[in-house]
Amino acid sequence: MGNHSDGSPNHSGTVATAGQNEVEKFQDPGIPPHRLRLADTDPRAAKKAERQVALLFGISVVGTLIFLVAYFAIDLGNDSSIATIRLQNALLGIGTALAMLGIGTGIVHWAKALMPDHEVSEERHAIRTEEDRQAAVRIVDDIVEETGIKRRPLIRNTLLGAMALAPLPALAIFGDLGPRPDDKLAHTMWAPQDGKLKRLARDPDGTPIKAADVTIGSAFHVIPEGLNELHEGKLNEKAKSVVLLMRLNPEELHPSPGRADWAYNGIVAYSKICTHVGCPVALYEQQTHHLLCPCHQSTFDLTQECKVIFGPASRPLPQLPIAVDSEGYLVATSDFHEPVGPTYWEREQHVLIPNA
Amino acid sequence: MSSSLTPDAPAFVAKTSGGRITDFVDQRVGGSGILREFGRKVFPDHWSFMFGEVALYSFVILLLSGTFLTFFFDPSMAETHYAGSYTPLTNVEMSVAYSSSLNISFDVRGGMFMRQVHHWSALLFVASVSVHMLRVFFTGAFRKPRELNWVVGSVLLILSMAAGFTGYSLPDDLLSGNGLRIIDGVIKSIPVIGTYTSFFLFGGEFPGTMIISRLYTLHILLVPALILLMIVMHLFMVVVHKHTQYPGPGRNDGNVVGYPLGPVYAAKAGGFFFIVFGVVAIMAAFFTINPIWNYGPYDPSPVSAGTQPDWYIGFVDGALRLMPGTIGDWKVEQVWFGHMFTFNVLLPALVPAGILFTVMFAYPWIERWITKDNREHHVLDRPRNAPTRTAIGMAGFVWYCVMWAAAGSDLIATHFHVALNDVTYWLRALFFIGPVIAFIVTKRVALALQRKDREIALHGRETGRIVRLPHGEFIEVHAPLDEYKRYKLIGFESPVPLPAVPNEHGVVDRKEKRRAKLSRWFFEDRVAPATPAELEAAHGHHGAHEAVEAAESQKTLSH
Repeated sequence: MGNHSDGSPNHSGTVATAGQNEVEKFQDPGIPPHRLRLADTDPRAAKKAERQVALLFGISVVGTLIFLVAYFAIDLGNDSSIATIRLQNALLGIGTALAMLGIGTGIVHWAKALMPDHEVSEERHAIRTEEDRQAAVRIVDDIVEETGIKRRPLIRNTLLGAMALAPLPALAIFGDLGPRPDDKLAHTMWAPQDGKLKRLARDPDGTPIKAADVTIGSAFHVIPEGLNELHEGKLNEKAKSVVLLMRLNPEELHPSPGRADWAYNGIVAYSKICTHVGCPVALYEQQTHHLLCPCHQSTFDLTQECKVIFGPASRPLPQLPIAVDSEGYLVATSDFHEPVGPTYWEREQHVLIPNA
Repeated sequence: MSSSLTPDAPAFVAKTSGGRITDFVDQRVGGSGILREFGRKVFPDHWSFMFGEVALYSFVILLLSGTFLTFFFDPSMAETHYAGSYTPLTNVEMSVAYSSSLNISFDVRGGMFMRQVHHWSALLFVASVSVHMLRVFFTGAFRKPRELNWVVGSVLLILSMAAGFTGYSLPDDLLSGNGLRIIDGVIKSIPVIGTYTSFFLFGGEFPGTMIISRLYTLHILLVPALILLMIVMHLFMVVVHKHTQYPGPGRNDGNVVGYPLGPVYAAKAGGFFFIVFGVVAIMAAFFTINPIWNYGPYDPSPVSAGTQPDWYIGFVDGALRLMPGTIGDWKVEQVWFGHMFTFNVLLPALVPAGILFTVMFAYPWIERWITKDNREHHVLDRPRNAPTRTAIGMAGFVWYCVMWAAAGSDLIATHFHVALNDVTYWLRALFFIGPVIAFIVTKRVALALQRKDREIALHGRETGRIVRLPHGEFIEVHAPLDEYKRYKLIGFESPVPLPAVPNEHGVVDRKEKRRAKLSRWFFEDRVAPATPAELEAAHGHHGAHEAVEAAESQKTLSH
């Protein structure tokens, strides 16, 4: 403040004046005098505005016609190209836009230029008058009195009890919305079936992977053998069993005790489902050996058994123990030793002791 | 009773057939009374009142376009092989829901357009509800008697987000499927009931075969019905309260100044519906939204980088990204008593949204308690004239925006060529200090604007004309304001802090002391509106200018 350049000492505008009262306040000068518009005084301007409004309505008619022509004249057929759809979409949109904007701007222009623009003042009324309140209280009193609910507490209490219990069936009837979780989240398709170890197969075509095909630095998106042949629950199984397979220099891996035989010749397999909220950890940084989840940027370090080094995840990605079968294909020697994916309340009970 | 049947009071007979039909209906529904009550009801006018209208109209557009889409959409998760005209996906295994969404896009004439209209107006709906709420907050329109309508509006905001999210997931494409996966992960983190809730929602393990049809029922029946109910309540209360108005000459808490409903206001508001529809149509025509055919069907294995949720879910997703899962080697997730406490998911998913919505719902009562202001307010505050409230609002807004920006942390990193980790570290810091900075800056700016107002009211506006006085002094001529413009600048209340008052036992209790403290925090920095006496003094001391100005105007007159 104080930048008016008359060179005078400034007043402090910030000091509150104690006890401002009505006398000291400015009086409300009332609604400012009405100013006439050009169209109010000049008949030619009014006529011009009228023509503009009509023109806008006319544009709307043109828009409607464009829409109809675009709808009926453009044939999508059976083998229409993206370009045809794009053209039709654009024309339908332009037609609708003109049809709507023509009407809308026309009406608004009509209201602003030609309808009276006098501001009017209207009194507000009390939302509730004291008289109404007293009348309502009397009515409620009468109603309560006539039901006798105050005099008959037995009726009141049994009714309250009944009403409190009555909604329970409405809750209970939703009991079949889903099955009990039990330990479904603890198992995946990787568990050996009938003593036969599951082979690691390529996602999405399902062909098994030979250890010899995995060169250093390469990464494979992996599903269990047989997943594609499932008829039911394929996505459910896939959501738990997808795995990332990578090969590093064996010296770069630092397996903890008990996990030394989970890798084969530097090839390691980790669950692809993020331990944060379950997105696929799809990005592999070959140089740094980091795995990155594109959803929330949790970063896991392959050389430290997929320990979390950045982001919102708390737990390492579970490792799938792998080996090679007699034909040279990679197989899972067991299921994951802990549930994959996001944490859930009962998770701790589903964690196996390594190599147990 | 018999008077209406007396022969000397002949019943009204309409002359035209249209008139007779109107009269027929009127005699049975009492339309005349309704028209008499509402036909000329006065509505104040201001551009910022349009946000609520945009929200209402985009909801109408959603109902219209959504109904069209239901005729072609099949919410089934049964497996099918695509056989439509989008050749890149021919014979790809997918759900019926995704296949029918593709058919709407490529094989139903106008289907693509309606999908685009529906998605764009959904984004616009949540946006306009949000901006409308910001307008209501910053102008103090939530004060008595409108507190309950503020609550209804807050419920509408939550419902609009629910409507958006349930709809977003329906096409069962890869992007929205990953969104559901995240929701599943968040639900599973809830203590005790999380796993069961997830199994009940998805009808078993994720993703199951039920979720799309369940979301569909919520999306097209339950949520819109609730929104409609809330809108009816909202508008009913608007009628009961009458609209608020901005401060200005002739406006006070006892009146409402504006245009009558018929014709001007009805024409403007009605015409505005068509304008909103037209703008949505332009967006649908030229800007692709949610190109599901590029994403492919949902599959738990692939995911594309740089994916974003719809904007209104962004702040929760951003909060999820900001929360560290490990601090050093310490895991935020904890195992207590053999159970998992997933704080790295629970805290960001629930706490910021919880705080935002709790404060939002409770704010009218918080301010009422601090200010002890129990009067009805129909004249709005200019945001600068309520500096502390404006600062609180901006602090919340900035907090929201930091989380929202965090949802695009990877895109910020790639666009500006900075390290993703640094973006996250900075945003984590801003999460805490951003609101504080916003509070301080906003309050200072509001007070500065008040001082500027005060100065203009007292000294007039700068004309830019420099005049040299006879003794050599240069001054800039200030043009005084007319009394209407001046009243707009000084016609506001500037409450002073309310000290603690003893209760009926003559005791100042601890709660009252806290209230007094908050009242001081709320009101101690204030700029008093200029008074007539000050204006007088200002003019007196400007004697020299006034002489010049008088001389100038004399000159003008003499031309």
